[in-house]
Amino acid sequence: MDTGAPLNSPSRPSAQDSAGRPTGSKRLVVGAHYGFGDWLAQRMTAIVMAVYTVILLLAFFFARNFSYDGWAGLFAHPWMKVATLLALAALVYHAWVGMRDIWMDYVKSTALRLALQVGTIVWLAACAAYAVIILWRV
Amino acid sequence: MSDLTRPARPIYRNISITQIAGYRLPLAGIISILHRISGALLFVLLPFVLYLFDKSLTSELSFRVFKSVASGWFAKLVILALVWAYLQHFCAGIRHLFMDLHIGLEKESGKQTAAAAIAVSLIFWVAIALKLFGAF
Repeated sequence: MDTGAPLNSPSRPSAQDSAGRPTGSKRLVVGAHYGFGDWLAQRMTAIVMAVYTVILLLAFFFARNFSYDGWAGLFAHPWMKVATLLALAALVYHAWVGMRDIWMDYVKSTALRLALQVGTIVWLAACAAYAVIILWRV
Repeated sequence: MSDLTRPARPIYRNISITQIAGYRLPLAGIISILHRISGALLFVLLPFVLYLFDKSLTSELSFRVFKSVASGWFAKLVILALVWAYLQHFCAGIRHLFMDLHIGLEKESGKQTAAAAIAVSLIFWVAIALKLFGAF
């Protein structure tokens, strides 16, 4: 977020991390993960899911009769299966980033946090597998 | 007056989960915590969503199971909670994306868009609830 205040103006010492390396705009770009990838992925996956939501809402509100044939027919289309799987992959990644943020903010015990993070991955992977099985059968 | 004679002042470095209810948050803060609560709710209830999805798609017979499961009063309450969480997360998320583009970052506009996101999600929630309960 741009606060308008120059981070590295001459009047202020440039921001440094605990090891004395410059941060902010002066940061040396290296291969380390600073969280930007997850931040960006959170936005991109959100857009994928938002588009899918609009598609699904339109299908829901324009359904004349909510019958099995109409509903199953919608998901029998290959393009709908692809869109659903894409939205699902986006959901899994998005939920992982979001839940990890929650655990990192509120759970101070490293052991408990690690256990919850592993549990989150298992939970999401199981959900993804279940969803693939469902779509496979339609 | 030396530091020793001063009474220790409380320091709040980070909001603990037990303190959330005691904080008087501005509207933008309320929508922020609602984003977490709705997101966590969706995460926890994801298997139930997939179960309903499974029953609704697999066969005519399972579709009937889906309809009878979804018509129970408790299931309807859970579905309504799910729909609210999804819509709240959706609308607040759209607001978030615009803020990432530096739109609506000021105090006043942030408050207005927070109110708009809550209002829009509630309007859609009522519309979907009416559709679910067969009003139209």
